[in-house]
Amino acid sequence: MNIVIVGLNHRTAPVDIRERLSIPDSEMGNALYKLTDNPVIEEGLILSTCNRVEVCAVVKETHHGFEVIKQFLASNNHTLSLENITPSLYIYSSSKAIEHLFRVASSLDSMIVGEPQILGQLKDAFDHAILHKTTGIILNKAFKKAISVAKRVRTETKIAESAVSISFAAVELAKKIFGNLNGKSALLIGAGEMAELAARHFVGNGIESITIANRSYERAVELAKNFNGEPIKIEDFEAEMVKSDIVLCSAGAPDYLIKTEAVKNVIGLRKNRPIFFIDISVPRNIDPEINALDNVFLYDIDDLQHSVQTNIESRKKEALKAEEIITEEITSFVRWFKSLDAVPMIVALKDRAENIRQSEIEKMANKLGNLSEIQKQALEGLTASIVNKLLHNPLTVLKKEVHSTNGNMILETTRKLFDLEALLDSEEKEVHDPNKK
Amino acid sequence: MTNILFFKATLLFYFLGTALFLLSLWDNRKDRGDASQTAWPQKFAIFATGAGFICHTIALGIRLKEGGYVPLSNLQEAVSFFSWAMVIAFFWVEIKYQLYILGSFILPLAFLSLISVAALNNTATPLNPTLVNAWFGIHTILSVLGIVAFSIAFIAGVIYLIQDRFLKSKQLTTLYSRLPSLDMLDQWNRQAILFGFPLLTLGIISGALWSQYTMGSLWGKNNSKQALSLGIWFFYLLVLHGRINIGWRAKKAARLAIIGFIGVIFIFVTLA
Repeated sequence: MNIVIVGLNHRTAPVDIRERLSIPDSEMGNALYKLTDNPVIEEGLILSTCNRVEVCAVVKETHHGFEVIKQFLASNNHTLSLENITPSLYIYSSSKAIEHLFRVASSLDSMIVGEPQILGQLKDAFDHAILHKTTGIILNKAFKKAISVAKRVRTETKIAESAVSISFAAVELAKKIFGNLNGKSALLIGAGEMAELAARHFVGNGIESITIANRSYERAVELAKNFNGEPIKIEDFEAEMVKSDIVLCSAGAPDYLIKTEAVKNVIGLRKNRPIFFIDISVPRNIDPEINALDNVFLYDIDDLQHSVQTNIESRKKEALKAEEIITEEITSFVRWFKSLDAVPMIVALKDRAENIRQSEIEKMANKLGNLSEIQKQALEGLTASIVNKLLHNPLTVLKKEVHSTNGNMILETTRKLFDLEALLDSEEKEVHDPNKK
Repeated sequence: MTNILFFKATLLFYFLGTALFLLSLWDNRKDRGDASQTAWPQKFAIFATGAGFICHTIALGIRLKEGGYVPLSNLQEAVSFFSWAMVIAFFWVEIKYQLYILGSFILPLAFLSLISVAALNNTATPLNPTLVNAWFGIHTILSVLGIVAFSIAFIAGVIYLIQDRFLKSKQLTTLYSRLPSLDMLDQWNRQAILFGFPLLTLGIISGALWSQYTMGSLWGKNNSKQALSLGIWFFYLLVLHGRINIGWRAKKAARLAIIGFIGVIFIFVTLA
């Protein structure tokens, strides 16, 4: 049994693959059933956002599990084959998988580190899985932990400030260009998390109309609902620029979408009214040359980050702090996870019973005074047989059921019923301390 | 003679105000984003400017009483009046927008114009009294007020180009955060020219009427001043037309305001 993650994100896969693999909310239920249909998958959860598609699962056998999940991802879109997506996929298991999950939840793996949307999306994915009963004790614990780790990172480090401050910086710059943002209009090209965050800031500062152009029109419609905005087809964005004072591009295209010639025309048609371009795509989607045109102001993500007072050094420090928190939390989670293994559990349970038996014999021996060798043996025999009889069934069930679907639940219950926490921990330390040295 | 004393006091106070305002430009305290906040150099600068303005008003008042006519009979007096009106414009902007940073641009202009006429003091010759009549007073006041409006448009244009440069080069310094937004500067530019243009128009008409009364013709022979004034009038007419109908706004409007003002000053200084 193992925890695994298979997925791809904005760094490993181009936008068109990400889009084709992404699973809309309406189809999430079926996808979850399809995933957990295979007997090797014990628990499964799918996280699908604009920037990532990931499957997190508990599998009976790690390598077999990887293959099954890869097949599942490839089968989701008939235009893609396993060969197409394999180069973009990353695979993690056990503590690496947990680490990845915690980093994603804490927004350390995001395109803009610290952006707060990912945690909400992770919670939604978790809710879907719970609703369709495709997670069990392990993923439930892992995701609850991931959410609490993310919250801890957010409160104990200033990592979230940097993302918020980027959209804040964009608003401040817009105010220095347009004065008042009331009545101004913004065009979002690409509808990712950061676009959403920035749009929220713009609307909060008086921007009246928001237009959203996205490769996936459905996503544009979805986001437009949140801001009372107008969704348009991606092909129409050039015409829309004429009406827009602020253009925020997060399209994630492989090269320049907005070129100098187009912007020259736009400025002419706008009769020299200034236009503020914000390019938060990596790689850039707006030709940097346009900044040389009169009345055009272009800021990319680095420019915005530089304009924010917190300097790069302090941001690095905060990221480091966040990584430390995650490392800490992984250790405690992995300890719990390992305790779900049957062998140490059986050993711990036996130890616990033996400890109780020994201490009770000692007490009794003191009360009874001098016992003959035969009496002593009888006492030993009696207590040992009681303990063995009592433990016989639990141990048999543990050994037998550990690989069944209920296995993890039984392990967890045993641990609670017999209060094995401390024993398992000490065992863990015995195993791990030499490695650390 | 008392007016000379007040005049000198005015110069001293304006000098102090200018120096302090310029000093405040290099004030690097972290008051980012809050343009209305005042630092001590600005507070003292405003105080000095206020004191200077009072002295200036008294000096002009004494002159009016002594001379018995509006003290605008020569270049020196006209410039002095210009500088006085600029300071009024400064206080008006301060009260309306609380943008104390503008003092760093308006006051040096007021001070420089005043000190330059103080240097010309000895060479200035008073106008022939027979040429001075009501039309002349009206002509000069309107023209000078028009020039004040164009000066404000010029300053808005200069600050626009500075701010534009900050935004383009991404040098978001403390000064950047204290200068007003591009849109506001463009609005000032527009309003100042819209305000100045009718004044200039009326100034030219009253000048022609004055010429009619004193020399018997609306248009003086070989009068290059009138021709150039008309040229400037056409220039600003074009600027307004361009803004309203063609979209000459923002950076282009800022450049045009600067060019126009240079022309105005050239005529004002060389041909007044």
